[in-house]
Amino acid sequence: MALSLDRLGIYDPKDPLKNRLTDLGPRHFWQYFPPVIQNNYGKWAYHEVLETGILMHVSETGDKIYTVRCGAARFMTVQHVREICDIADQYCDGFVRFTTRNNIEFLVDSVEKLEALKKDLESRKFVSGSYKFPIGGTGAGVTNIVHTQGYIHCHTPATDASSMVKAVSDELFKYFQGMTLPAKVRVSMACCLNMCGAVHCSDIALLGNHRKPPIVDHEVIDKVCEIPLAIAACPVGAISPDKTPEGGKTVKIKKERCMFCGNCYTMCQALPLSDKEGDGVTILAGGKISNRISEPKFSKVVVPWLPNNFPRFSEVVEKVKKILEAYAADANKYERLGDWAERIGWEKFFEKTGLEFTEHLIDDYRLAYDTWRTSTQFKYTAAAWDVSRFAGGIE
Amino acid sequence: MPFEPNEPQKEIKYEETRIYTDAELNSCSDEELKNFKIKHQIPDLEELENGPWPSFVADAKQEALHRRKLADERMLIDRDVVEDMLGQLQVSFDDGETHWKHGGIVGVFGYGGGVIGRYSDLPERYPSIAHFHTIRVNQPASKFYNSDLLRTICDMWEYRGSGLMNLHGSTGDLVLLGTTTEQLEPIFFELTHVLGQDIGGSGSNLRTPSCCIGRARCEFACYDTQNLCYELTQYYQDELHRPAFPYKFKLKFDGCPNGCVASMARSDMSFIGTWRDSIRIDQDTVKAYIAGDVVPNGGAHMGRDWGKFDIHKEVIDLCPTKCMSLVDDELRIDNQECTRCMHCINVMPKALKPGKDNGLSILLGAKAPILEGAQMATLIVPFMKAEPPYDNIKEFIEKVWEFWIEEGKNRERLGELMQRTGLPKFLETIGLPPAPQMIKTPRENPYILWKEEDVPGGWNRNVNEYRTRHKR
Repeated sequence: MALSLDRLGIYDPKDPLKNRLTDLGPRHFWQYFPPVIQNNYGKWAYHEVLETGILMHVSETGDKIYTVRCGAARFMTVQHVREICDIADQYCDGFVRFTTRNNIEFLVDSVEKLEALKKDLESRKFVSGSYKFPIGGTGAGVTNIVHTQGYIHCHTPATDASSMVKAVSDELFKYFQGMTLPAKVRVSMACCLNMCGAVHCSDIALLGNHRKPPIVDHEVIDKVCEIPLAIAACPVGAISPDKTPEGGKTVKIKKERCMFCGNCYTMCQALPLSDKEGDGVTILAGGKISNRISEPKFSKVVVPWLPNNFPRFSEVVEKVKKILEAYAADANKYERLGDWAERIGWEKFFEKTGLEFTEHLIDDYRLAYDTWRTSTQFKYTAAAWDVSRFAGGIE
Repeated sequence: MPFEPNEPQKEIKYEETRIYTDAELNSCSDEELKNFKIKHQIPDLEELENGPWPSFVADAKQEALHRRKLADERMLIDRDVVEDMLGQLQVSFDDGETHWKHGGIVGVFGYGGGVIGRYSDLPERYPSIAHFHTIRVNQPASKFYNSDLLRTICDMWEYRGSGLMNLHGSTGDLVLLGTTTEQLEPIFFELTHVLGQDIGGSGSNLRTPSCCIGRARCEFACYDTQNLCYELTQYYQDELHRPAFPYKFKLKFDGCPNGCVASMARSDMSFIGTWRDSIRIDQDTVKAYIAGDVVPNGGAHMGRDWGKFDIHKEVIDLCPTKCMSLVDDELRIDNQECTRCMHCINVMPKALKPGKDNGLSILLGAKAPILEGAQMATLIVPFMKAEPPYDNIKEFIEKVWEFWIEEGKNRERLGELMQRTGLPKFLETIGLPPAPQMIKTPRENPYILWKEEDVPGGWNRNVNEYRTRHKR
């Protein structure tokens, strides 16, 4: 059946129910498995990373499948996807897949096809020079940075996503193309605390963060919002009912209580938060999802705020590199970033990365006490001597 | 064929579905692209065309030029959408603020999700993106495609939309970015009739479930992640399209505790493959690893010289439960003590495999920070067999939903509700006995919420009777 060319296609606005198909769900996965996968489904015996970006999976049947993993901007156009299809048609019998972290995977069943495919992929560049299909993202390195919509398509961001990810990925490119780190490092990016990217368990998380409380658009709030819902939306009770001078219904904000989560704006469009000077980037580190060796854990805030320095985010890039380089130099083989920080102690993490420790990094939200140190087991760093000096303990 | 679709699948042949000719698709030369400037000044974005990482700007510009070359009648929304999107993005950089308006309710008839309304707040300056709605397309499990399907989506989307998309959105959908309200229903009809393909979830719906690559290309998967994901997505189509929940609900399927789709961190109900028998050991291959004949961890650390493989340092000593030992070059695992963390299997995939008596663990309540802070999923069901038609799993899901729909407040995720009601009450409601596997430690405070029936004689006491023993 051909795609329709009519303006409204096969939809009849006079009878919206006519021929309507619903609840079909996704297409079935089996038809999109290449034959070698269909034949060896559930029979894979082991795998090897042959070189960065190239995986070989070997089946009990003796069959092999070679995967070439390529980085990609998850934002892509139909023209780019068509080029992916051209490659898939030429080398992979038309099949292609995408990973959870937005990589593209081309699968072939012989070394000969693999070599030709690799060569082709490496040769493809955008006219401005960046790779279209950089090969990498396997093993103990940095793979594709998952991210959110940002200014391209979202109404709540505190920063932009695609540009920051491009800027950071350019600088971390050698880690994408090499497996030189102690373990894999998952970098993730979300442009506000809603975190549709769920970056809160990443080795390094980049997070857009607001710093100014919402402004109240008194003129329209009663018309466009359910005021009680907006009040109830605030997790710290900073929003309360108020009257405008003209006697209209509105709200007032206890600004000093605001934790800048933006939940009120999600519920009520008359309470915008975004602001050029207020908005910026928070960096978190040391989270993980895998159950390997240690339990999954949340990332911790290690840089409270950096400016939105579009388009290259030089301050963000610099801090990310500091964290990565300190980790690469000091961690043991197989040790994830958070496991390393816990082994050496967070005081040493700040010493080795050179990141500044400020009061913003000490939790004062719910359950904050769980993160305070309640032992005498600490290591001395310059920060400790500063405290001692201020306390009159040493000269 | 081991897995059959629930309904017969319409085969898609691009040669039959296509809109554009080869000449139309290959209309731009590199030379033209090099010299191409869009109609707006975008200096910051042009900067992002440099550097080795794939440039989304360079990609967007090739689509912008492509649209310029298409004839007027070869697209149904404005030619300039990509250029206007880039122009507005540059202004957002200049202003340090987004220029997308807050929401707007649009959708397709009979569904309460899958389409996200989006409007520019600079419609006079960027008229072609005044309406710029998102459509979430439910991806095939673990995101395998063929070019017929993708090319057909591309033609449909270039004709009826902006030609901009995400492969993929964070939850897993293939996301189509930017079309007008008028085209929403026609696109939905093309998707369902021509592509045999439905849209995904949004709002207070079941969100599009997603899964890892599973047994399609991984030796660790302990159950058929794609099949379970597909079956539940089909079975719960009503919940996916029609909001009946207090808030969003996410199902994610990881084949093993390595957790490649991060279900533990971001799904209200996380299914993680596991086993209850013993790790399978091939002792000869263990010896080969010790001898240095096989590269450890499948070669994942090859970029640096970490020295000769040392099974003690790299495996046995790193085991979190210290349940491994090497006796006369024979690897022993005390499987009763093993917590199935996957480390030894990851390091020696040729020699060690998960057990054969497989199933999954179910963990509940993960979420990102909004509203009450981020939560990791809590282990609730240690082990469950996962075989089609998965009635045991469906029964469990529905019990949890029943509790959440009944007790949950507006915009309260399952994890938050579990915290508010307490784990003991939650377990009682869904009919599970408590177990030490569900906690890290027993409670540290003695404030036990005894119930009247816990105590002999109940709570109704007589003060006069009490005073017979104790003077005032």
